[in-house]
Amino acid sequence: MCLGIPGRIVAIADEDAMLAVVDVSGVRRTVDVVCVAQEGEPLEALIGVWVLVHVGFAMSRIDEEEAAATLKVLAEIGEMEGELDAMRTGSVAPLAPAN
Amino acid sequence: MRFVDEFRDPALAAALIREIGTICATLGRAKDDPVTVMEVCGGHTHAIFRYGLEGLLPDLIEFVHGPGCPVCVLPMGRVDDCVAIAERPEVIFATFGDAMRVPGSRKSLLQAKADGADVRMVYSPLDALELARRNPDREVVFFGLGFETTMPSTALTVQRAARERITNFSLFCNHITIIPTLRALLEQPDFGIDGFIGPGHVSMVIGTAPYRFIAEEFRKPLVVAGFEPIDLLQSLLMILRQMAAGEARIENQYARVVPERGNPSALRAVEEVYEPRPTFEWRGLGSIERSGVRLREPYAAFDAERRFAVPDVKVADPAACRCGEVLTGAVKPWACPVFGTTCTPEMPLGALMVSSEGACAAYYQYGGLRGAA
Ligand code: SF4
Repeated sequence: MCLGIPGRIVAIADEDAMLAVVDVSGVRRTVDVVCVAQEGEPLEALIGVWVLVHVGFAMSRIDEEEAAATLKVLAEIGEMEGELDAMRTGSVAPLAPAN
Repeated sequence: MRFVDEFRDPALAAALIREIGTICATLGRAKDDPVTVMEVCGGHTHAIFRYGLEGLLPDLIEFVHGPGCPVCVLPMGRVDDCVAIAERPEVIFATFGDAMRVPGSRKSLLQAKADGADVRMVYSPLDALELARRNPDREVVFFGLGFETTMPSTALTVQRAARERITNFSLFCNHITIIPTLRALLEQPDFGIDGFIGPGHVSMVIGTAPYRFIAEEFRKPLVVAGFEPIDLLQSLLMILRQMAAGEARIENQYARVVPERGNPSALRAVEEVYEPRPTFEWRGLGSIERSGVRLREPYAAFDAERRFAVPDVKVADPAACRCGEVLTGAVKPWACPVFGTTCTPEMPLGALMVSSEGACAAYYQYGGLRGAA
């Protein structure tokens, strides 16, 4: 629950509501991006950015290398499937891509 | 058990382990007086066991598994409160999967669900809010738990509910904060920890400044660490270097994710939505002042504790259970009389057996069964 998982922002779901679509190892879901958005910058600028996703919220921007390393650690310690499963089965919000 | 050559950078890992050995030898510690380092975060506990780090390090170093697994420190009475709310016919009780199996004094949430309560496992508090939107005739209660890492998520969800004027959503707030808890540990008269590996993702939210008192008042080093084996080894080395130099500072090994000042948007949401409770109870640790938060007055309408009559009964842990002593590093899990017998990951008696981040579950899973880890 506390580790979070890296994902890449692939689309903006709702600009006013600060929601974006993130791809986490092939699973897509809508996440809140308030904590990684920069003031005065359009949300569009987040597309392509890697973030650490924690219970449906993008909590920190990370670089691609860090994302790869984190995914590897999560896979090794056996947390990856758990996170993705929770995301798939525990998600009520739409998982579908916005594009 | 893993070996160094399986790490992402085996040469670096081997070099770090050598350097740790060298510095450790200069500290003049004996086997019966090892350097004790507490990893505060349950994610670190899990990684230390998974990679068998203890086995790779000199005997003079001992990890103590701290209170940083939110599921593990949830008191039994709060689980009973969850069950009581969940059993109300109008309620949909939404929770993270981790919390489903934590034992209450009557039953766990999983058992409540089997008995007919409408308990739903969700991935995010946003999913709970979506349940509320889709079920306007039901009361959706989200079980908010976790340290500063998850606190912003529930705060932002409550703010979203307020903005949308959703009236059938509430939060059963059990969020806890790590700083007062570290202070309470440090103030214990016989607390013999030499240094701390600080939590990575809590610090991503709060930054590194809140830990300063640990160095300034208690003269102990703390190094915020990432979750790779290399991160943990590097952090340990940074702690030992400080000790060797007779210093105590707060350092940040995980700067690639943890900004010194934390995350301002997350902190703003936390500040706006929550206020400290005068005191909060922890499983195994007792009551700790200002260690828990509740919703502030402007968000009272979203507070499940105000909306429903929550029994709020204090329930003592089972007599045999030694969770508290394990959490503070006073004893190892195998010293608990029920470890591996009546308390197992399948049928946990204590909370440290429930989550893979709990010390007892880690010992059980990775073979520290007989005290030979
Ligand atoms: S074995 Fe079970 S009861 Fe004993 S300390 Fe560990 S979790 Fe608690």
